[in-house]
Amino acid sequence: MRRVAIVGVGQTEHRFRRDDVTYPELAREAVAVALEHAGLEVGAIEAAVLALAPDALMGVAHAERWVADALGVAGKPFMRVNTGGSTGITTAHAAFYHVASGMFDCVLAAGADRVGESGDAQLVLNTMWDVLYERPFPLNAINMLALQAVRYMAKYGTTEYHMALAAVKNRRHALKNPHAHLRKEVTVEEVLASRVICWPIKLFDACPQSTGGCALVLCSEELARRLPGPKAWIDGVGNCAETYFMGDRMGPAAEHDHADADALAEAIARAYRQAGIQDPRREIDVAELYAPFSNIELHAIEAARLCDKGQAGWLLEKGEFHLGRRQPVNPSGGVLCANPIAVTAMVRVAEAALQVMGHAGERQVDGARTALATGIGGDHQFYGAMVLRAE
Amino acid sequence: MSEPVIEIEQRWDIHYRHAAGETGSHFFRALRDKRLLGRRCPACRRLLLPPRGFCDRCFVPTGEWVEVESEGVLEAFTVVAQKFTGLPDPPYVVAYARLRNADTAMVNYLRGIDLGDVRAAAQSLAIGMPVRVVFRDRPEGRMTDFWFEPAQR
Repeated sequence: MRRVAIVGVGQTEHRFRRDDVTYPELAREAVAVALEHAGLEVGAIEAAVLALAPDALMGVAHAERWVADALGVAGKPFMRVNTGGSTGITTAHAAFYHVASGMFDCVLAAGADRVGESGDAQLVLNTMWDVLYERPFPLNAINMLALQAVRYMAKYGTTEYHMALAAVKNRRHALKNPHAHLRKEVTVEEVLASRVICWPIKLFDACPQSTGGCALVLCSEELARRLPGPKAWIDGVGNCAETYFMGDRMGPAAEHDHADADALAEAIARAYRQAGIQDPRREIDVAELYAPFSNIELHAIEAARLCDKGQAGWLLEKGEFHLGRRQPVNPSGGVLCANPIAVTAMVRVAEAALQVMGHAGERQVDGARTALATGIGGDHQFYGAMVLRAE
Repeated sequence: MSEPVIEIEQRWDIHYRHAAGETGSHFFRALRDKRLLGRRCPACRRLLLPPRGFCDRCFVPTGEWVEVESEGVLEAFTVVAQKFTGLPDPPYVVAYARLRNADTAMVNYLRGIDLGDVRAAAQSLAIGMPVRVVFRDRPEGRMTDFWFEPAQR
């Protein structure tokens, strides 16, 4: 297996809507930024992988047709990846496999989403539940993660206050990220007083519906060495699927508890093993962890072994995981401040890459050399992780 | 750049007829008799509810039907206060309960609690509290034939 580097990162600004451009025009914006960042022309791309989440979120079936030109793939190998919320990082994995295998030297991973064009995202997401047994109920992405929050609080004794701390931190971080969708600080009191969506998740515990694009250029070591810019070396890749039924993650016979993110922990452990990371609390300088609701960040931090299970909330209370502290989590503001679903998990990889490249602007973590990015998709069912390192 | 952009409105309204399969069909027929049936895995012996044709853990077909008891414990819940397009009007409680002899939890509405104040309603619920299955008077063989309610201990 060959060594692979991310040599170009592109992101649009994430907003509620982008009415000045269509879906492919938006994707092309991100691709153009990534190519420019890499110092490459589109002709250098040998194959492309598209991040495209469930079709109905955008309302266009088989939308890989519409967007293919924006990835410059006519005449080249092309595929689409969809693992729900983790689509973006699974797409980055697929691009990595292309290059690591030795079959390609320069591969594009890219996509965009337009969640703001339909107010009915939760109705669409309701259709991901089991046709026979679960679809008759109003399950969606928010209440399934509220169910997680309730189990987590019961298991570890945390409260809505600890969830609020994660939201407050990320909103503060997003002030430093010009790409972020929500760039307005909130206080713990405001989060706690915001209206209930699905208790215990309240408005300010929740991500926005975002429109935005993201792209990554991945190269073989041989090609990367010929490029002048900084690289983010992909030193660890891990992926892990969880069981289908949420109810199988509850009770004494369960292998994993829906309170925790044990399959995410396994995906991250696989990435750590490949990267030779033994003590993540010392070796990870910055983490971009997929968490669309404040409660999810708590168990994602724990799955990354940045602290013990059940401890993330108490450490947030002490100011840990903030920019300026030893191990910042989501310096971009994270998913809580921008969620263009198809590429949200790719933005985690992009942000982690920018950090180890030293290109993260105001949100740069000083001296960041090793970064972790994660993604979560389905009903907490598909997990991905990536460890990136500087030269 | 200064010209206003135009919006094109579109909608999806697509019809499907999903097969429930032999296992699902047997479960739904039993609901008409107000009975909940689970499938036991011959390898790990877990009683799976909702029932399925194979055990994901052991990767073997299930075969044995076992009637599931009507009382159990609340395993997870959320009180929904937000209206989502196409989904029911709030407030309502979505809950997972594990019935006494089942090894997995199943989703349904939790009814029979005061939802006048959403936050107070949430505080009145706890994981592990006893719940029971309540059937409607004339079940039709659907998941919505029954729901959970707090059980008196």
